Amino acid sequence: MKKIIQTMVLAFAVSGASNIQAAEYQIDTKGAHAAINFKIKHLGYSWLAGRFNHFSGDFSYDAAKPENSNIRVLIDTKSIDSNHAERDKHLRGDDFLNVSQYPEAKFVSRSFEVQDKEHAIVKGDFTLHGVTKLISFPVEKVGEGKDPWGGYRAGFVGTTQLKLSDYGITYNLGPASTHVELELMIEGIRL
Amino acid sequence: MTDIQLRNTVNSFGWVAIIIHWVSAALVIFMFGLGLYMVDLGYYDPWYRDGLTLHKSLGVVFCAFLSARLIWRLIGLVPTGAKGGGTVEQKMAKVAHFLLYLLMFFLVVSGYLISTADGRGVEVFGLFSVPSVGEFIENQEDLSGEVHEIIAWSLIVLAGIHALAAFKHHFVDRDKILINMLYPGKK
Repeated sequence: MKKIIQTMVLAFAVSGASNIQAAEYQIDTKGAHAAINFKIKHLGYSWLAGRFNHFSGDFSYDAAKPENSNIRVLIDTKSIDSNHAERDKHLRGDDFLNVSQYPEAKFVSRSFEVQDKEHAIVKGDFTLHGVTKLISFPVEKVGEGKDPWGGYRAGFVGTTQLKLSDYGITYNLGPASTHVELELMIEGIRL
Repeated sequence: MTDIQLRNTVNSFGWVAIIIHWVSAALVIFMFGLGLYMVDLGYYDPWYRDGLTLHKSLGVVFCAFLSARLIWRLIGLVPTGAKGGGTVEQKMAKVAHFLLYLLMFFLVVSGYLISTADGRGVEVFGLFSVPSVGEFIENQEDLSGEVHEIIAWSLIVLAGIHALAAFKHHFVDRDKILINMLYPGKK
């Protein structure tokens, strides 16, 4: 059944290829309907959560041709916020993000491997702390449609796990805290 | 007991000024070392937390001593009768002393602005907390941290020059300036 739907979707996509243009979206950071959160184990006993307050990005998405989607997100590393000034100062310093030298982290997608209407695996280059790595992680479409103010919006959520030492961040936070989980929740406004 | 000289006279410092001076000196030197040491500690080092807690508590104590010496200076005499060196040296000493006060003041302020940038107060030995006055600029803790470090280095260098000048008085000029800061001179 799934296969049939996929084929139908594909057929539709191909037939309409000439007149369907992938829609461009801008991530709604202005209205803050988007968030980049992180969490990391603290001592192995609990979670420490934080976020990046400043970022920007855009994506292109067409429900008819989801495999042609792409996304680009730029993160201002200085804007890391774990709700504790002394810790944030440490995180911005050279033990961790070294934001004066690496003020920007970014993700630029390379491909979307569509799994079903709502799910895909995105693959792309993630740059953090001056190191770029090809990563892939699952994304889920939350929804899309008209907003009440005359616009059109689409939203996605994606999570991935990074090994800090892969990006040259080697400060010892303990054996349970070698990886950080990143969560990207974005709402885009169609341009 | 009545002949213990607490107040300054025209010719010498009294015990209050002397004690404030040396406690401040000890705090500045100890806090400078502690500050440099604690920022490089690993997360699992027992001093990772305690070092900063102590640094902040002593910072408030230092601020109290700084306020006390300013008040003491305003309400009392500054010894002027025991000057040494030439007029140029005396002018330089005045400028240096003013700078020492200025650096100490902004050292305290910049340190306070790091820890209070998120609205948290500064805990003093777990006894009480100096409340935050809020965040004035974005990422205040970063700028304040850099300023705090620069001021700390400036202060320690200037204090070193201050000490050398005192030795110069003692060993080269062979006057009573340094002795004056150890105990009150005879009236």
